[in-house]
Amino acid sequence: MNPAPSVIVFSVLSGAGFGLLAFLGFGAVVPAGWPAFFWWGLGYALAVAGLLAATFHLGNPKNARKAFSQVRTSWLSREAWAAVVTLVTLAPVALSDWLGLGWWRGGGVIGGALALFTVLTTAMIYTQIRAVPRWHFWTTPVLFLGFAVTGGMILAGQALAPFASLALSGVLALAFWLGDGRFAAAGATLGSATGLATLGAPHVFELPHTGGNYLLREMIYVVGRKHAQRLRVIAVVCAGLAPAVLVGLVPGGAGFALAGLVHLLGAFAARWLFFAEAEHVVGLYYGKR
Amino acid sequence: MTALPAHTEKKLGLVIDLDTCVGCHACVTACKGWNDQGAGLSDQNPYGSDPSGAFLNRVHSYAVQPVEGPAQTINFPRSCLHCEDAPCVTVCPTGASYKRAEDGIVLVNADDCMGCGLCAWACPYGAREMDADQGVMKKCTLCVDRIYNEALPEEDRAPACVRTCPTGARHFGDLGDPDSAVSKLVVQRGGYDLMPELRTRPTNKYLPPRKKDVRQEASLLAPLLDLQATGFAGWLDRVLGKL
Repeated sequence: MNPAPSVIVFSVLSGAGFGLLAFLGFGAVVPAGWPAFFWWGLGYALAVAGLLAATFHLGNPKNARKAFSQVRTSWLSREAWAAVVTLVTLAPVALSDWLGLGWWRGGGVIGGALALFTVLTTAMIYTQIRAVPRWHFWTTPVLFLGFAVTGGMILAGQALAPFASLALSGVLALAFWLGDGRFAAAGATLGSATGLATLGAPHVFELPHTGGNYLLREMIYVVGRKHAQRLRVIAVVCAGLAPAVLVGLVPGGAGFALAGLVHLLGAFAARWLFFAEAEHVVGLYYGKR
Repeated sequence: MTALPAHTEKKLGLVIDLDTCVGCHACVTACKGWNDQGAGLSDQNPYGSDPSGAFLNRVHSYAVQPVEGPAQTINFPRSCLHCEDAPCVTVCPTGASYKRAEDGIVLVNADDCMGCGLCAWACPYGAREMDADQGVMKKCTLCVDRIYNEALPEEDRAPACVRTCPTGARHFGDLGDPDSAVSKLVVQRGGYDLMPELRTRPTNKYLPPRKKDVRQEASLLAPLLDLQATGFAGWLDRVLGKL
């Protein structure tokens, strides 16, 4: 799949943002005054910047508001609602923390759960797609939630963040490893895609067009595979292993800040691979699988 | 709206005969031509060095190598299969994508589409292409503006690809009616679904190439291989052989 920068920026930033909002909402850290303004502000900024980045991916953004209409069937519609409801639910808690109003924190717990649910809806947009076997697997929601929780814990300065980081690296490595076998396990081949397997072994004789098209650009993306192995190592090290070490070695907020930056770098590498390595079955028709 | 209908009154679709398709791409051109009316199907740099454009139908060519004997080429038209469990419909967040309860045709309402491209990701068959100029998704409409169009002569009330096919490799009809010509054709010829393992339940069916004649054991040229020239040719053969 085409690793569109807008979608990678969206899912990484909004994932980390909603993760941070969840831990602020749960009251894992309860800042007051200006620290509260900046902490909640960071969560909101990441989440909203991510959502805005996602609209750059649209071909016809003037209809974006209609994305709220199909909540009954569409995970993307559910995501739109979940994101807005989360941001609205947490707003009074954030305001109360900043201005010291002492309002009821119950909304924070509900908002925190909604924040994680929002990340799950994002993950399900990809998980539901059977035509991309690497995505249509339990590792997708686990990874999206894992990134949100780990990013949230690091940004919220949680003492347990190193454990979440290490677990995330483990799951990420496992997802890379298991993901490589998913296409074959799904069972789609050029033989089943054309139904010609009953005659013999089919292969592409001639392509339907000599120029490029939307399918080739969007779903049959193969650029950058030669660096995939290196990027996988960078992703696993930066997403979890290095942040865990940094939090352990560098004391105080500086350690968490450094860990947060390195973690985001790893998250970007992992998310780039999530798209670039995802093989869509339509590539079979073009002999590209 | 993007919920799939539990039942459709008709299952309009295509039956494509891989035995008779000669790969002329007339269906591709006719499709593009008919659907280029109105908002149209845009092209980018069509006469330049890197032409590209939105098409609703493509013709692939495959070579199939049987266990024994020579390879066979198969021309393979690929377009929307108007699936009963169309994954492109349920993923749509705006309600632009829908499957009609009356005839099962899967359509996109361009006025509602925001161009997120998720439906094209969900389709295993590459049936949907984004129009790069308009930023909205395009797909086969089964020529819904032809098949019910009483302004057209009756013989033209078929999808443009079917109407134009010079070899009669494309058939249009109601696959939900077991007595329809297309349904009978599917039964007779063993019509099948593409990628059934993805559980999309396509309406369109493909008819496999018919069995070829049995290959002769001896070479057809065998009687010629032992040819003995006589007369003038024989004399020439002998003379030239001695030179």
